[in-house]
Amino acid sequence: MSAFQGIERSGLATVRHGLSLTPEFRRGLAGTLALAVVATVGKIIVPIAVQQTIDTGLAGPTPDLAYVRTTVLICAAAVVLTALCAYLMNVRLYRVTESSLATLRVRGFRHVHDLSVLTQNSERRGALVSRVTGDVDQISTFMQWGGLMIIIALGQLLVATVLMFVYSWQLALVVWACFLPLMVVLPRFQRWLSGAYTRVRERTGDMLSAVSEAVVGAAVIRAHGSEARTAERLDAAIEANKAAQARTQRIVATVFPLTEIVAAVALAALVLVGVRIGLAGDISEGRLVAFLFLITLFVSPMQMATEVLNEAQNAVAGWRRILGVLDTPADVADPGDDGVDLPRGPISVSFEDVGFSYPGGVPVLHGVSADITPRSRIAVVGETGSGKTTFAKLLTRLMDPVSGRITVDGHDLRDVRFSSLRRRIVMVPQDGFLFDGTLAENIAFGRPSATETEIRLALTELGLTDWLEGLPADLETRVGQRGESLSAGERQLVALARAYLADPDLLLLDEATSAVDPATEVRLARALEGATRGRTAVSIAHRLSTAEAADEVFVFDRGRIVQRGPHAELLRQPGVYADLYASWASSARS
Amino acid sequence: MSSKVTTAVMRRGLGVLGVAVRAERSIFTAAVLSSALYGVMTVAAAWALGWATDHVVLPAFRQGDITTGTLVAGTLLILGVSLLKALGVAGRRYFAGVMQYRMQARSRRDVTRQYLRLPLAWHHRHPTGQLLSNASSDVEAAWAPLAPLPMAVGVVVMLVTAAVALVITDPVLALVGFLVFPAIAVLNLVYQRRLNPLATRAQQLRAEVSEIAHESFDGALVVKTLGREDEETARFTAKAHELRDANIAVGRVRGLFDPVLEALPTLGVLAVLMIGAMRLESGAIGSGVLVQVAYLFTLLAFPIRALGWVLAELPRSVVGYERIRAVLDASGSMEHGTADLPGTDPARLEVRELAYAYGDGDFPVLHEVSLEVEPGRTVALVGPTGSGKSTLAQTFVRLVDPASGAVLVDGTDLREVARGGVSGAVALVPQQTFLFDDTVRGNVALGLPVADEEIWAALRLAQADGFVSALPSALDTMVGERGTTLSGGQRQRIALARALVRRPRLLILDDATSSVDPQVEARILYGLRDAAQVSTVVVIAYRMATIALADEVVYLDHGRVTDRGSHEELLARCEGYRNLVTAYERQGAEREALAAEHEEEVSA
Repeated sequence: MSAFQGIERSGLATVRHGLSLTPEFRRGLAGTLALAVVATVGKIIVPIAVQQTIDTGLAGPTPDLAYVRTTVLICAAAVVLTALCAYLMNVRLYRVTESSLATLRVRGFRHVHDLSVLTQNSERRGALVSRVTGDVDQISTFMQWGGLMIIIALGQLLVATVLMFVYSWQLALVVWACFLPLMVVLPRFQRWLSGAYTRVRERTGDMLSAVSEAVVGAAVIRAHGSEARTAERLDAAIEANKAAQARTQRIVATVFPLTEIVAAVALAALVLVGVRIGLAGDISEGRLVAFLFLITLFVSPMQMATEVLNEAQNAVAGWRRILGVLDTPADVADPGDDGVDLPRGPISVSFEDVGFSYPGGVPVLHGVSADITPRSRIAVVGETGSGKTTFAKLLTRLMDPVSGRITVDGHDLRDVRFSSLRRRIVMVPQDGFLFDGTLAENIAFGRPSATETEIRLALTELGLTDWLEGLPADLETRVGQRGESLSAGERQLVALARAYLADPDLLLLDEATSAVDPATEVRLARALEGATRGRTAVSIAHRLSTAEAADEVFVFDRGRIVQRGPHAELLRQPGVYADLYASWASSARS
Repeated sequence: MSSKVTTAVMRRGLGVLGVAVRAERSIFTAAVLSSALYGVMTVAAAWALGWATDHVVLPAFRQGDITTGTLVAGTLLILGVSLLKALGVAGRRYFAGVMQYRMQARSRRDVTRQYLRLPLAWHHRHPTGQLLSNASSDVEAAWAPLAPLPMAVGVVVMLVTAAVALVITDPVLALVGFLVFPAIAVLNLVYQRRLNPLATRAQQLRAEVSEIAHESFDGALVVKTLGREDEETARFTAKAHELRDANIAVGRVRGLFDPVLEALPTLGVLAVLMIGAMRLESGAIGSGVLVQVAYLFTLLAFPIRALGWVLAELPRSVVGYERIRAVLDASGSMEHGTADLPGTDPARLEVRELAYAYGDGDFPVLHEVSLEVEPGRTVALVGPTGSGKSTLAQTFVRLVDPASGAVLVDGTDLREVARGGVSGAVALVPQQTFLFDDTVRGNVALGLPVADEEIWAALRLAQADGFVSALPSALDTMVGERGTTLSGGQRQRIALARALVRRPRLLILDDATSSVDPQVEARILYGLRDAAQVSTVVVIAYRMATIALADEVVYLDHGRVTDRGSHEELLARCEGYRNLVTAYERQGAEREALAAEHEEEVSA
């Protein structure tokens, strides 16, 4: 389950909180709103011009051309002025919204990296990405179109209504009587539409994962000749998506004409009622005609309403999702300025009665106590699920213990500043993730200041020059997305070189050479033995050859350290280690 | 990339639209007819209002009398015209949407069919992300102009009707229209030309921002363990700011043109009032005409932009369509013969002088590989990381074709075998396990009509029956992306069962049990030997125990078979092989020797 639930807030509170996080948004807001007001008032120029022309200019037996000319010129000037205001408002709006959303994006991105591994892993990466991309885009679309529309539409309705009441309160009531029922039913349409859009999103997601399976699983599909089945699944997903899309179209295709019809009813009612009032002398013909024009100002807000409301809903949801990230506390936090820096030099680590359980799960580590002396080489072994990886994650402070504590050189790990901790203790995970770029860029990731000579030296020291020579473009070889141009074993070699170049004082290898062939693995192990002399090294191993080389072996079983000591010593005692070793040796050496 | 509305883009864009129109002829006709109805009725609505002004409003105000007949006629006229217009709007929107979605679905079907048809080598040349966007965003872009297209056609009808109506009503006022509307159309064109490159750039940057976030979050563990959060944030911020600036640039153009496009028809209405008043004075027109023309201008102002919407989508549409076409036109599809591989007995595998290279032959990985595997035998393929073992294994099931040489099963060249024939006889279990977002049953059967007993039998042979029966819904448990998470070893065993349920006559295991515990692996391998139906087996492995089960070992180094024979023979004469398989032993021995020396020193 995702840990990003955030704090429960109403829609309005969400928006308010979202805006408060980006102070840029308030900059010049009053000016922008003032410009928006002028731009909106501009909408009633035409009805006024028509009314003035008919009632005053053309009222007499002969038209008063001079009056018409003056009216038209004044109105033209007003049109130009409102256009100018609209332009200025747009430019300001785009600048302010884009700046504030860029800030929100960056804050969200940074916060994701600050969250603990556990929190990060509680959500699929794709979903995490969309919190700082698509969700923010949704807010930006709303602010620049939908949100603006709401303001303009409400303003338009307001000025049109005011003018209507000035011209004739009876007719104004007639218009409202026609449109009010529509305003009442529109939110219902919007709910249908938003439900329909949700379905489209779900179906599109299904379709994309079906396509992605067909692409990522291309080899499996061919190897087992299951093209027909895959095609069937794809067709079903594509059809379901199409059906969901068509449903939204049916709703939209109902709302638009409905508004047209309501507008027509309003027009007819205006003529009917207007003529009656006109006969009684309560309204001039120009005013009545102006009403016909004012009706058009009611139509577009109604037609846009469902879409705009829907967008508003999406934007609030977008805000909720990004706030969900920002509201999630970074549970494994950097102590920052209050923290301590570790002095350089070999590191000693001490686990004091450490226990750990995943949120809502059963304990996976129980009362683990262990000391790792400076310069020692430790091997951690045990069956899958025995707690080895948890031990590694606690040691590198990817997670914090639930009970007990871990000290490094006498300092509680939680008090060590990240800038110091991450330089001094480096872990090489099993899946050596690489960034799309060259080999050199990837190796230098751990130490950006490294020169080419240093990178080459690192590879030489690790005994990887032969491998480097076999690559098509030496250090400039591109590794591809996620390093996929290299084999799994080669990716591990790069990840190892990367950590090695970072020059930590404690190196932790979590099955870091599991996909490498035995000869290369042994060569690497030997190189590391030389290289880590003077450092502390902890290896979590699947192949027990590593354990043979260690100063001390920690044997994990069901969340506890059940045995510890040098390989030779442990081998002599009956127990978990002897069994593990026998099983491994028989498969590797038989 | 062509993002401007040039003549060439226009021509190609119209070509793309032509494809859709031909494919969905009846829906398009329905959409265009609805839209034309809407266009004509919009003009008629202005006329109805003009009529009502002349016959209902003015008589009432000027003469103070009005007959119920004309009042009812005026009301019905307004209502009737609007009803027809509403009908047109509904049809236009609905059919336009349906047409767009149908074309999207059609392209998606075609593209994904092609993905399934094209050979794996083609897949290797194209990044996953690109293939995904071919089927999603490119398809959307290609058919995006279909949504506003019927509206645009309707607007053309509307403009022609309006022009005719204007000329008939009053040629002088018509002139104003002939000035204003072409001006709006031209301005729209200029607008789209200015906007398009900027919008394309913003779109591109949006994709780049997303890519950085994707990569950075995927590598979150590395970023964290190496303390590179600041640098990653800086990298993201730089791109996010580029996107911000690009969006502001788009906003500046939109912000300028939108108000101008809105002001133009308003100025047109004012011009109509001015000129109309002069025409009224000279007695050429009545007040009703003035109202009618002014109202028409108000009604036309917005729809006329639809022409611009279609134009705006064309460049993106052309790019999207051409990307789809590139997939659909991709050649190099695998040719299949007509031979079959009948029988149920273990197959004989023969590889003749096989060579293979990646990337247009620049990076050779296999050279003159020849080997034979007799029916029922088990051969281990051994070699260092990067020696070409997996590539060779892929040629055995014809996932890729050799550049030269041949792979023969029971004497038949795999290229001669009919479509689907190879997978019926040969099964490969690849190094990296891929599970579909489906049940255990679906993942094992993969569409093969097999009974549950056979699935259980295969799972049993793969030593997977134990954990599968312990899953919450056994065979019906969802696994894969949104299902139960399985360990690496469990996933490998399901992939193995998937191959076994097909009763292959030749089974290729590409390091397929690397994550399985050694004891379990041994049980699997013995099980395979003693199974009711024996296969010929080629196994790629590092583990000594696995290799020891083979009748023969083939040693591959730098893409060549450098030796073959029994394990003992190779151990004795092949240095590379010896180094590889005895690496752990030698390391252990060395260490013991060192330790002994050390002890001697201490005791001495």
